[in-house]
Amino acid sequence: MRFMVLVPGSPESERGDMPSTELFEAMTKYNEELVKAGVMLAGDGLRPTSEGAKVRFDGGERTVIDGPFTEAAKEIVAGYWIWQCASRDEAIEWLRRAPFDDGTEIELRPIAELDDFDEELTPELREANERLREQADARS
Amino acid sequence: MGASATQRAIDAVWRIESARLIAGLTRIVRNVAIAEDLAQDALVAALEQWPESGIPDKPGAWLMATAKRRGIDALRRRTTLERKQELIGRELETLQQLDQPDLAAQVDEVEDDVLRLVFMTCHPVLSQEARVALTLRLLGGLSTPEIARALLLSEGTVAQRIVRAKHTLAEARVPFEVPGRDELADRLSAVLEVIYLIFNEGYAATSGEHWTRPSLCEDALRLGRILAALMPREPEVHGLLALMELQASRLRARVGPRGEPVLLDDQDRARWDRLLVQRGLAALARAENLSRALGPYTLQAAVAACHARPRSGEETDWPRIVALYDALAALTGSPVVELNRAVAVTRAFGPEAALELVDSLTDEPALRRYHLLPSVRGDVLARLGRLDEAREEFARAAALCDNAREHELLLSRAAASGA
Repeated sequence: MRFMVLVPGSPESERGDMPSTELFEAMTKYNEELVKAGVMLAGDGLRPTSEGAKVRFDGGERTVIDGPFTEAAKEIVAGYWIWQCASRDEAIEWLRRAPFDDGTEIELRPIAELDDFDEELTPELREANERLREQADARS
Repeated sequence: MGASATQRAIDAVWRIESARLIAGLTRIVRNVAIAEDLAQDALVAALEQWPESGIPDKPGAWLMATAKRRGIDALRRRTTLERKQELIGRELETLQQLDQPDLAAQVDEVEDDVLRLVFMTCHPVLSQEARVALTLRLLGGLSTPEIARALLLSEGTVAQRIVRAKHTLAEARVPFEVPGRDELADRLSAVLEVIYLIFNEGYAATSGEHWTRPSLCEDALRLGRILAALMPREPEVHGLLALMELQASRLRARVGPRGEPVLLDDQDRARWDRLLVQRGLAALARAENLSRALGPYTLQAAVAACHARPRSGEETDWPRIVALYDALAALTGSPVVELNRAVAVTRAFGPEAALELVDSLTDEPALRRYHLLPSVRGDVLARLGRLDEAREEFARAAALCDNAREHELLLSRAAASGA
């Protein structure tokens, strides 16, 4: 089973501040443990929302909204992990060990596998999906 | 937290901690059976206490301390009851070691212990089946019922296999150590073989209804990832990991909606797992950077990469695949590799060239009961338009095949060749 762990932002992450040396070291050590246990498949930190943008969809209209986003920092995603665990309980146990503090709440979500959509995904939709991915690859 | 939630949390802690716990204890007591018993005792203690006390901050350290305390108690009790005067040397030593401050708290030491345990559970003194069961149990953290389900065996068989394996290790006085330089290559290849066997058991279930059992593949991948972190300088460790990540990237595409197998050419590439492809290619690059002479797993991973890289089957670089199989055949001399090479030759240079190769393998004793030989020959014949002969070959292949799903596939190919 795969999980995405969503790390919320903070005023510091929104300013683009580097974490303290102490936190950085604790996080590095934690990441190492995840890798050594064969649990971590991927993970990244995100740049502040001031460098991001939103696109708003309304009928046929598309409106681009430049960052920074105005919601509370903790409602912004500042980083993520992708883990592979034997169960949801195992993922929770790993998350319990993460070096967060100060009332931070970290969200853990099972990743929907493609098979979960099997009923809905018609061959036509699949083909469209394939084309999309090819275009995305051509660009990267 | 309710009782059942705590129980589930304890299972999760066990899955995470058991390998390190058993490895650390084995270093102290020098006997993997005793170490596992002590670890199990600690687990029982956790089941008794944690629902009341909550899960401790450092559950691994708690389990280790408890296991050691139980070990000391058990030894003291036995020695006072039975032979107060004549503590045998081994037990006295064990008692002293259990009483030491916890050196295992040093992380590096624990990791070395886990690596020693890997070499122990994959020791050549054990049968292949015993290595698989013991590795899943002690390093994968799987329970006996879980292993039995995964390997399609009865719990009794698995339990017996594990008990015997631990006994054999003790009898043979297998040391708890990473093998020295002269032995390392052979012993490491035995370890890789066990992990790949577990993966393959999941990937192409050799018997029974299910064509793939993905959870067993995940267990093998996890072991492979752990080993890659423990032995980052060993190219073949990364080679095996690359091979497994790349093959696992196609797991979802290999099974159709009714559980039937879907062959590579017919797979929906949109269903390939991009994250695993990316991880596989990265692991392959690491293996290739560590050594100029590619080992057998790295070569197979390179073949898998030839399939993973192009966006469509038509773009596959078949001549390169033939070249990689040439190298692999030279290294292993395996007739199964030759058979794979014949498949690649069909695609690279046409069915005539391939038929010659396949026919040179029909007398190979190792392939006599191997269903893929007639299956490949059938495919080559069908491409040459020799449909009657192709049908016979597919029927022969189906008769040799144990897997119910694959059996069906072969029969349907036989029927299609008749049309």
